[in-house]
Amino acid sequence: MQTIDLSETGLRAMNKLLHAQSEDTNQTAWEIINPKGAHAIACGLNAPIEVTVKGSTGYYCAGMNQQATVNIHGSAGPGTGENIMSGKIVIEGDASQYLGATGHGGLIVVKGNASSRCGISMKGVNIVVQGNIGHMSAFMGQSGNLVVCGDAGDALGDSCYEARFFVRGKVKSLGADCEKKEMRKEHLTLLKSLLDEAGIDADPTEFTRYGSARNLYNFDVDNAGAY
Amino acid sequence: MNKYDPKGIPHTTPRQSATFTQDINSDIRRAAATGIYDIRGGGAKRKVPSFDDLLFMGASISRYPLEGYREKCETSVTIGGLHAENPIELDIPITIAGMSFGALSGPAKEALGRGASAAGTSTTTGDGGMTPEERGHSDKLVYQYLPSRYGMNPNDLRKADAIEIVVGQGAKPGGGGMLLGQKISDRVAEMRNLPKGIDQRSACRHPDWTGPDDLEIKILELREITGWKVPIYVKVAGARPYYDTTLAIKAGADAVVLDGMQGGTAATQDVFIEHVGQPTLAIVRPAVQALQDLGMHRKVQLILSGGIRSGADVAKAMALGADAVAIGTAALIALGDNDPKWEAEYNALGTTAGAYDDWHEGRDPAGITTQDPELQARFDPVEGGRRLRNYLKVMTLEAQTIARACGKNHLHNLEPEDLVALTMEAAAMAQVPLAGTNWYPGKPNTSF
Ligand SMILES: Cc1cc2nc3c(=O)[nH]c(=O)nc-3n(C[C@H](O)[C@H](O)[C@H](O)COP(=O)(O)O)c2cc1C
Repeated sequence: MQTIDLSETGLRAMNKLLHAQSEDTNQTAWEIINPKGAHAIACGLNAPIEVTVKGSTGYYCAGMNQQATVNIHGSAGPGTGENIMSGKIVIEGDASQYLGATGHGGLIVVKGNASSRCGISMKGVNIVVQGNIGHMSAFMGQSGNLVVCGDAGDALGDSCYEARFFVRGKVKSLGADCEKKEMRKEHLTLLKSLLDEAGIDADPTEFTRYGSARNLYNFDVDNAGAY
Repeated sequence: MNKYDPKGIPHTTPRQSATFTQDINSDIRRAAATGIYDIRGGGAKRKVPSFDDLLFMGASISRYPLEGYREKCETSVTIGGLHAENPIELDIPITIAGMSFGALSGPAKEALGRGASAAGTSTTTGDGGMTPEERGHSDKLVYQYLPSRYGMNPNDLRKADAIEIVVGQGAKPGGGGMLLGQKISDRVAEMRNLPKGIDQRSACRHPDWTGPDDLEIKILELREITGWKVPIYVKVAGARPYYDTTLAIKAGADAVVLDGMQGGTAATQDVFIEHVGQPTLAIVRPAVQALQDLGMHRKVQLILSGGIRSGADVAKAMALGADAVAIGTAALIALGDNDPKWEAEYNALGTTAGAYDDWHEGRDPAGITTQDPELQARFDPVEGGRRLRNYLKVMTLEAQTIARACGKNHLHNLEPEDLVALTMEAAAMAQVPLAGTNWYPGKPNTSF
């Protein structure tokens, strides 16, 4: 285990060190202490390493992550895991707004709650939140899955494309062109595997699926009021 | 006499309204028939105060000119030296603006790369991501980081020679792009993670930051990911140039790209293009003022775009304080867009060469703004690249001609004092004297 004290090493030197790890590095376990809410911690990683941040992080922790696993032993600031391509991010506390924005792949797990715009413009990422999520989540979501074990705020899935949403609790309101969908067998299987991967014990049959009604895919003047 | 009136009362000539012109009436009929606003490509078509309203004075007894063919007039520019380890070094101060793959075909993007590289300048990706054609043929490629983040990929980010965070575009300050169903081909759909054939409305705001304080942190993140190696530009529309430039610099930009309302777009509502934003002429001085007020002029570079067509425009932009310019529409015309040789086909589409702007429909006879393989095949990227290179060279020679006439051995040495304005409006906007006077509206210590 390599330990980096961020308050001594500094952000640039720390990220440089992490970026220097190659595909076949044998230094796979890293621990960052004293993060003190710093921004851009462990962003742009691209190696199969596991980084554990002992504390809370600022904006864009693990942004654009590829391959790596990043554990945040605290709460995470805005835009955590933005544009994640692959790998895994696990947040023990709560996540601020724009969690996993535009993420293309990989998995983000939040043990607490996630704030507004969780999964905004998601493009393939899977996000599993044990608690609740805020308003405008998955706005313009294109693909991927958002699983919420608690409740969802206003305007879930507004103007979404092909992203899927599974919510166990209440949805305060659905956004434009987002509707309740039938939960078929393949969805239960998918949900089960996402929950398993996230290490969350929940019964898939208790969830409701939501997704695009696909009414706004091509402009029609009769739908103008929805825009 | 009046043949229309049995009593022979004199006939008045039928008079068209200046308010309800034939153009306007056709807009109303189109809206009434379809129920949707008009979407088109290109920039503002209305006449606005422009660089055409400025003139260089040239040399005189008080200024020596340089010999046209003997004395050097430098054209190089370095962009992004403030924070980046590897700033961009360009031979000429004319860059190719970001135009999306999706709006343009793969071969058209390749041609832009070929032409720009041969002329010693950079090209820029666009909404939709980086294509191998473009990266492969561009010596220096700027990677756009847009609100939609279509095709946004850290591997491509690391391949870029600079990053351009797009906040706005002159054609549509505050608006996102559009790519309509007919242009969402398999390849475009895959790059954007979207279903094929749908109307795609790009976001107008970045999904993970709002405001200048966030922008500063976003720039930090991008620098950390790319190891502080490449410059980071911020592109803004010509909306509030003084404040936008100030905030971009404060947020840590290496360069500011400022795009006026004549600037082209691939597809936007006509009402947006014609009625939102400020003319290119009007936005330069406030932006330069912001740079000067922060002591950053020539340290943070200003790249101006929106209706740049000739070496004269380049020289005027630089005289007003820009470090470089970017061209979009003019580059497409150099490649062969709107060429009269396709007139019969333009006519068949209900338009004429020079006026064709339905790029979003994907039926471009010149094969440039289309994803249709048959139309694309009409366009030869090698020949297109050669034409663009020629055009860039001519613009550079023209700008040098003017600079030498003003006694300048580098384009950057052109200054507002070299200019006069033909109209009061231009004098006020460019803050140079009205021709024949030593005065402009708003000149300090003068009154109306
Ligand atoms: C076909 C086309 C596509 C464009 N696509 C983009 C884009 O993806 N991103 C962007 O920031 N600007 C885009 N623009 C705007 C240009 O980057 C640039 O601001 C503008 O073209 C400059 O004005 P000009 O066309 O008068 O030279 C596009 C312009 C055109 C003509």
